[in-house]
Amino acid sequence: MTDMTADKPAASTGPARSLLKVGERTRKRNAAEKRFRMLGLAAVVFGIVALLGLMTSILSNGLSSFNQTYIALDVYLDPAKLDKNGNRAPEDLRKITTFTVQPLILSAMQTMLEERELAAEGVNAKQAAALISKEAPAELRRYVIANPDQIGETVSFDLLASGRIDGYFKGRVTMESAALDRNISPEQLMLADQLKQAGLLELRFNWAFFTAPDASDTRPEAAGLGVAILGSAYMMLIVLVLSLPIGVAASIYLEEFAPKNRWTDLIEVNIANLAAVPSIVFGILGLALFINFVGLPQSAPVVGALVLTLMTLPTIIIATRAALKAVPPSIRDAALGVGASKMQAIFHHVLPLAAPGILTGAIIGLAQALGETAPLLLIGMVAFVREYPGAPPEGFFDPASALPVQVYNWTQRGDPAFIERASGAIIVLLVFLLIMNAVAILLRRRFERRW
Amino acid sequence: MNAIKFAAAAILASTALTGAATARDQVQIAGSSTVLPYAAIVAEAFGENFEFPTPVVESGGSGAGRKKLCEGVGENTIDIANSSSRIKQSDIDLCASNGVTEIQEVRIGYDGIVFASDINGPEYAFTPSDWHNALAAKVMKDGELVDNPYKSWNEIRSDLPAEEILAFIPGTKHGTREVFDEKVLIAGCEENGADKAHEAAGAEDVEDACMALRTDGASVDIDGDYTETLARVDANKNGIGVFGLSFYQNNTDKLRVGTMGGVAPSVDSIASGEYPVSRPLYFYVKNAHLDVIPGLQEYVEFFVSDEVAGPDGPLSAYGLVSDPELAKTQEKVSNRVPMGALN
Repeated sequence: MTDMTADKPAASTGPARSLLKVGERTRKRNAAEKRFRMLGLAAVVFGIVALLGLMTSILSNGLSSFNQTYIALDVYLDPAKLDKNGNRAPEDLRKITTFTVQPLILSAMQTMLEERELAAEGVNAKQAAALISKEAPAELRRYVIANPDQIGETVSFDLLASGRIDGYFKGRVTMESAALDRNISPEQLMLADQLKQAGLLELRFNWAFFTAPDASDTRPEAAGLGVAILGSAYMMLIVLVLSLPIGVAASIYLEEFAPKNRWTDLIEVNIANLAAVPSIVFGILGLALFINFVGLPQSAPVVGALVLTLMTLPTIIIATRAALKAVPPSIRDAALGVGASKMQAIFHHVLPLAAPGILTGAIIGLAQALGETAPLLLIGMVAFVREYPGAPPEGFFDPASALPVQVYNWTQRGDPAFIERASGAIIVLLVFLLIMNAVAILLRRRFERRW
Repeated sequence: MNAIKFAAAAILASTALTGAATARDQVQIAGSSTVLPYAAIVAEAFGENFEFPTPVVESGGSGAGRKKLCEGVGENTIDIANSSSRIKQSDIDLCASNGVTEIQEVRIGYDGIVFASDINGPEYAFTPSDWHNALAAKVMKDGELVDNPYKSWNEIRSDLPAEEILAFIPGTKHGTREVFDEKVLIAGCEENGADKAHEAAGAEDVEDACMALRTDGASVDIDGDYTETLARVDANKNGIGVFGLSFYQNNTDKLRVGTMGGVAPSVDSIASGEYPVSRPLYFYVKNAHLDVIPGLQEYVEFFVSDEVAGPDGPLSAYGLVSDPELAKTQEKVSNRVPMGALN
């Protein structure tokens, strides 16, 4: 518009313009449009490049966590060590510690190396046994307690390789880095190479990553997402059961029944505000209300779920109100016109038509809640939890972790192998989010009606 | 209406269940992120070797952990607070006012603090005085107290490398920072005589004056974890980071460690006291919970047993310096001796 007023005198006195010739002003306008298009395209390209960068970084770091290195080892379950009384009594067997089992692995490794005539210079028996994860003694102990009749036999196990060996076959550890590393030596890596040639060491799909619990800093190779996935699933279940009915009921009342006055206006503004409140604030509220006042246990999925419910409610209410608003008044009028009560009109006619929109809002709200860490920090869910929560409903009160929490925890560990685990956990989380959002889009596409 | 009924029923059901589910059967621990890896190692081994469930270990910082411990007695409060610095009298008073009268202090060992730079960079041989000269706001130069003029390490001492001064030190919320202040900055201040100059200049608190850091960007506070410090050192090849010994030992292929006063940090040199920058690590047990929470007494005894916290145990292998007086601690723990007032 400014162009027009500025150019007016020039235009009236200037030469006559042809439609076939592009004038100065038209060129300017065209150039401006072109510039805007370029900028828009640049913004999109920038977004895509950023996304690609993020995805390649996560995928290149994390995909390897879906594979894991295992070493096959025949272990002689020495009765002299495992069952000193010789009676195979379960209460005696339970006294076996991982410290007593460790030497069995050491001698098994030695026997294997001698039998196969494998040897790497500069690797003693203890260093050779260090190829095997520190998780192995626990596995052996569990096996012996479960199968006391196998004591005295030689049993073959597939044991986890230690984190550094695993990293070597995934390219994270190299001969050069091993030379500087105090936890592994190049000679040990050469021995691992020999084991691989002998077919005793192999990479396999890592199911344990999805089922195993977290592990301490000394055994990144054993760390899994089992407890976190279960904890997240429990929380999402409770969030869905609580927030969907409450949210939908609140929005139906506000949209259809409530009188329009300053109180409902106030409520509306506050709901919109709540949706924008930082999530950590809900964590503080949860700590004060659910743990300190109500006395619910710490680190429990039920507390996490209640906090996330408070966080999800505004999202669901806003989405539901928008969906209800989108149903044309003619539907309500027609229902009321044939003698339906207001409630019948809403529940029989308006709500079914608004359902796709409501479900989409609910799923997006849930997806948001699934990725939330900050409020869980304050209620004790950001913790080292190895015990699986029990079956619901009691399990809702057992300590558990959550997927984003596990990512956060693993990025803080000292061992670099946990970076791979964290990226793997991010991939799992992203897949869950992708599925949820895809379902939301699908619902909208299939059932949404345009008026 | 159905929806409302359903929601009401769900809320009622969840509150009704709380009553049934209060009996806690696992130990709950919170506190220092420095102690966390050790506590996690012990918790894991405890869960494997005992019939009790694996304890839940939270981090969040030493101070926050002690506050949580002092919230009161009961199953929705924690049993143990991990701490990388000694408990304060204010914490003990807070505990007492909330009915937590008996607390056991358990020293688990010593943790070394190391100064490390990028693996491809030059070697550094520091003294506390060098660090004070590099980072303090005011330093001694030609016998006078001046604003810190040093830009590179070789200006401080000619045999240090000619690298720009850039240090990543733990932020003030970390327990590690206290040790750094005390054992490096204040010790260095005394070493190079800046404390006398501060006193002569009429400083109100000489220690505070010694700890005041330059603000021109040569000293960077890291509020995150050691992983963040490592990332910063990785990005700034001339940067020097402050790490825990165990973290360094897990990343020896990326970091080159500097000596302090001519001594390289290791479990042995810290145990012998030759390496100056170390501190004891503790955890604090709420005695009132000992017979209530199953496995608590066993966990505490297991933590300080020889096979866990001894010189050949898994904690030592991970970088904890074993306490030479472990036997005394074991005796105290089995007798449940509560700590008295701090002197």
